Amino acid sequence: MANAYASQSFTLPAPLSLDNGETLASAQIAYETYGELNDEKSNAILICHALTGDQYVASDHPITGKPGWWVRMVGPGKPIDTDRFHVISANVIGSCMGSTGPASLAGDGKPYAMRFPVITIRDMVRGLIALLDGLGIDQLHTVVGGSMGGMQALSLAANFPTRAARVLVLASTARHSAQNIAFHEVGRQAIMADANWLEGDYYGGDVPASGLSVARMAAHITYLSEEGLTDKFGRRLQDRDSKSFGFDADFQVESYLRYQGTGFTQRFDANSYLYITRAMDYFDLAEEFAQSGNDTTEAAKLANAFAGHARGEGARFCLVSFDTDWLYPTAESRHIVHALNAVGAPVSFVELSAPYGHDSFLLDLPALDRVVEGFLK
Amino acid sequence: MSPQNTGPLRPDLEVIASHIAAGTRVLDVGCGDGTLLAELQLRHGVDARGMEINAERVEKCVARGLSVMQGDADHDLAQYPDKSFDYTILSQTLQTAARPDRMLDELLRVGSRAFVSFPNFAHWSTRAALMFGGRMPVTKALPVNWYATPNIHHVTIADFCELLREKGVAVEKQWFFSGGQSVGAATANWRAESAVFLLSRDLGRD
Repeated sequence: MANAYASQSFTLPAPLSLDNGETLASAQIAYETYGELNDEKSNAILICHALTGDQYVASDHPITGKPGWWVRMVGPGKPIDTDRFHVISANVIGSCMGSTGPASLAGDGKPYAMRFPVITIRDMVRGLIALLDGLGIDQLHTVVGGSMGGMQALSLAANFPTRAARVLVLASTARHSAQNIAFHEVGRQAIMADANWLEGDYYGGDVPASGLSVARMAAHITYLSEEGLTDKFGRRLQDRDSKSFGFDADFQVESYLRYQGTGFTQRFDANSYLYITRAMDYFDLAEEFAQSGNDTTEAAKLANAFAGHARGEGARFCLVSFDTDWLYPTAESRHIVHALNAVGAPVSFVELSAPYGHDSFLLDLPALDRVVEGFLK
Repeated sequence: MSPQNTGPLRPDLEVIASHIAAGTRVLDVGCGDGTLLAELQLRHGVDARGMEINAERVEKCVARGLSVMQGDADHDLAQYPDKSFDYTILSQTLQTAARPDRMLDELLRVGSRAFVSFPNFAHWSTRAALMFGGRMPVTKALPVNWYATPNIHHVTIADFCELLREKGVAVEKQWFFSGGQSVGAATANWRAESAVFLLSRDLGRD
């Protein structure tokens, strides 16, 4: 399915070196741009997408036909103003919307499937950097991302400290916790337990839709808050007056989750879901930059990652967390802020109040708009 | 970056802003809506950062283009290395600290120098309210009732000077104000509504 949906596609001129020691030859990166790049190439903003996101931040999704996932934030006159900024958003390596991933054809003309190398967040970022090189952009005005996109923004800042002047991280973390890994493992096991999965070699046949759907349902719960679910559904029944004493979707929340799960399988590749969740689970920025045993505190370990930003000579940072986000709670953002302060990097941080849980960064939140707009000034 | 200037500063903030040189690094602890930070960054070319406990005020600061982190000064100063800043600023916040003495230590650990300003509880109007009214004073400088006030450690200029002596903290400069007018040091403890000190410690080792 490579390139089927790509508006623009960039083929990496050199093999992409990966953290697992392998290389990925002829990797392609599908991307979208909005707004004009200025002559100095100084107004580019890279938006990094989340686990199941894509490059369609502000244009209709080619499969679902739905508006881009961040249209409320990106566009003319919006907080990320495409009248001022040249916005770039690329599909990450390992995904399935035109960038090279497990569904792409390998050298032998067959899909990689599980032959695709296990990649990391840093590998995704290496791909993005190669794209920026190809576009001739030495330094981004800002790299911005929420959730896994925030991990990429942090990884970019840590590994390529000169490539972004500002780093905006929303509802994210510098490491996956045991609980985060646990939820992902439920999703992966659901996919791999689907009889259609066939060790990943399902391309051309029936896809493991029920497994992927269950994975999405489990994950979707983690993106919402209990308060949000209660407000939206409570214990209300779906299109019926009484319980069925059966296993139909009696409750509205069940119906909603089933709808979310099924809809997801129309637009996402199950193997991509395995690879990208793995990359997130492997993410631990402090571990990547660990130096031999000298650092006693967690903050000191993570501070090594930001050594390229010491004494305010690097990027400006802004982190935002949400008080109802229990997937990447505020403590995770504070942990990052602590490390940035330890090296003297200029950092803003605010925990915003929002009822929607982790997904708050995608939803209607005027306070977030003001913070994003202000940080980009 | 173009933080908005919002008119004349409070006299204690004005005196602080006018004594901070361009190019220095400053941390404003309890920076509120960022009035002083914006002034420092915009007019004085200072690398100014802030810490503020209230999320809405932090949001206002970040929306103005300022570098401000939401944090609790009682705990979060610990994350800054020694002498991270040329100046730390604590304006009208000392009396809200859980332990003002420890906060003073932290200000002078994180910064080479510290500006500290506070409302003077020994001002004559406060004394009069207590002496003649027999009630906890509610004045222009201390406008909130005793049960709701964030000012949990009322302090007088004389008390503060005694604390500085005990800690061996040097007073480099001091300013006293009443109704926007300057007041001399000799009569400050009863005539000044607020005080500003520029403090340092161990300057010989800097």
